[in-house]
Amino acid sequence: MQTTRRGFLRTSAAAATLLGTVGLPHIARAAEPRFVVIGGGPGGATTAKYLKRYAPNAAVTVIEPHKTYTTCFMSNEVIGGDRALSTLEVSLDGLRRHGVDVVESMATGIDADAKTVTTEGGDTFAFDRCILSPGVDFRYDAIEGYSAAAAEVMPHAWKAGPQTTLLRRQLEAMEDGGTVILSVPANPFRCPPGPYERISLIAHYLKQHKPKSKILVLDAKDTFSKMPLFTQTWEMFYGYGTDTSLIEWIPKADGGTVTGVNPDSMEVTAVTGTFKGDVVNIIPPQQAGAIAVAAGVVEDGWVPVNKSTFESLVVDGIHVLGDASAAASMPKSASSANAQGKAVAAGVLALARGEDPPVPHLANTCYSIGGPDHGFSVAAVYAYDDFENALKPVQGAGGISPIDADAEYRRREAFYAHSWFENIKADIWS
Amino acid sequence: MNTWKRGRAGPALAAALLLAGAATLTGPARAESGMTADPTVEVMAGACAFCHGTDGNGVGASIPSIAGLPIETFTYMMTSYRDGTNPATVMDRIARGYSAEQIEALATYFAEKPFHRAPQPWINVALVPDGKDLAAEYCESCHENEGRDGEGVGILAGQKLNYMRFSVHDFLSEAREMERRQARKFRDLMDERGPDGFEAVLNYYASVP
Repeated sequence: MQTTRRGFLRTSAAAATLLGTVGLPHIARAAEPRFVVIGGGPGGATTAKYLKRYAPNAAVTVIEPHKTYTTCFMSNEVIGGDRALSTLEVSLDGLRRHGVDVVESMATGIDADAKTVTTEGGDTFAFDRCILSPGVDFRYDAIEGYSAAAAEVMPHAWKAGPQTTLLRRQLEAMEDGGTVILSVPANPFRCPPGPYERISLIAHYLKQHKPKSKILVLDAKDTFSKMPLFTQTWEMFYGYGTDTSLIEWIPKADGGTVTGVNPDSMEVTAVTGTFKGDVVNIIPPQQAGAIAVAAGVVEDGWVPVNKSTFESLVVDGIHVLGDASAAASMPKSASSANAQGKAVAAGVLALARGEDPPVPHLANTCYSIGGPDHGFSVAAVYAYDDFENALKPVQGAGGISPIDADAEYRRREAFYAHSWFENIKADIWS
Repeated sequence: MNTWKRGRAGPALAAALLLAGAATLTGPARAESGMTADPTVEVMAGACAFCHGTDGNGVGASIPSIAGLPIETFTYMMTSYRDGTNPATVMDRIARGYSAEQIEALATYFAEKPFHRAPQPWINVALVPDGKDLAAEYCESCHENEGRDGEGVGILAGQKLNYMRFSVHDFLSEAREMERRQARKFRDLMDERGPDGFEAVLNYYASVP
């Protein structure tokens, strides 16, 4: 099943320690294959829906604790005040209409030998193949003083929902002349351009309503996604680089890496010093969701996978996609997870039937909004390299929007961004 | 449909219910089930859907639907984006990631998908009757059957309004090349009615059910 050299060696070793799992799906294939998908976000929901589209008789179960999913993508427009949170909320009932069995519960354990998933209610679900798309968890311990409780004072707003609303309300309540501190982690993390879109849209809000205020960005990096385009946007609209700039960005080289916070005094400590904010948005370092850790598939925070089928290189029969997977060249984005979901759906079906999985040729497009009628994108197309087990960007394709594009180009990309949002929501959950 | 609570039943009962549910469930969402192409092509085409919508049918206002496009139209658009002879925002960057064979496979795949004409609530319905008259005079000879068909032309009927506005803008600004007959019709409509005439025509075509 594993077609890469590296993948083959690693899974062979893993399989040797998991006696009893080898060949079982072939023996038990009298009925249609059973797939259990953990997570109803972009990766999991896409996989579940497309499993049913590709194989209507397959038994597909999604285990997701939330009745509705709130998209992180476009949540920066809620924080900037240009969008209602309700437009981010999608019902999982759309999956049910495709014949997916949606279980509202939290998966707490996976037994790769018995091929079962256990939920917090104590129920177990048997699978031929398990698909994990748990998203990210926050490494609260990476920043001294930060915690789930501290996030109620200094929101992360990096999982959309109440945290998004909290950050928006804090910005609304802030006096003109206040300081917004925003901390950004080192790579890799969910939505690489997201922090800079957020900075742009908060600046847009402050410019209109609280122009004496300022955003202080403390960054654990020296470069970032779409950097020339964001920098240009900040210069065009928010005075970046001038004495009256709404945005000050302190990179890692200047001591921008945040090491600790004090929610009581609203202070943030970076390598370069301690700063006091009126609103503090901490985007913490991240890792694969807890269920992936429980499944034993995580290495160095993320899940190494076969890039063709997204099957774990450590544990057979468990496929991990989306933000939790170490898909290296593909960014942790909704578009990536959506494209991967179709590769996983077709891949696990082929494997369950004893066929060769399809060779993936995937793509990603990430739009960012920098202000009204001002959007831009990064795109890439990925070809699968069997020998290196890599999804490699096709040379000559992809890249960011041109830096010298005119206003009409930026306006169209803002329109396309909003259209992308409607279309990807429908493709995942409707 | 599946309103029963899976979590409360035992695993065996749940599994039985699951199988029963899967076997008996029918509805509109199931009508188009099953792979229509080689799995490799299905997966490749799947990446188009996050922008263009499921099976190439979008619900947003601006990104064009690509379902049902004639093979030659799809192929022309992709190759001209790839060669830089057709103005694009992101599609030039994306098209360069696909070989001629892959473009052909995608063209065949999407040509077989029905074009869905979803309602576009942003249409100005007051412009539609006038637009219909103008379309009959200036467009119908190539965009046949109310813009649904036509040799070597894109689908206008039910296409996304903003996308058609962008296209007209590119034709008028000569960023995108026009055929001779098209250029003549564009000039005549512009002389006769100006930009408002185009706006009426586009609102009409976007509204065709």
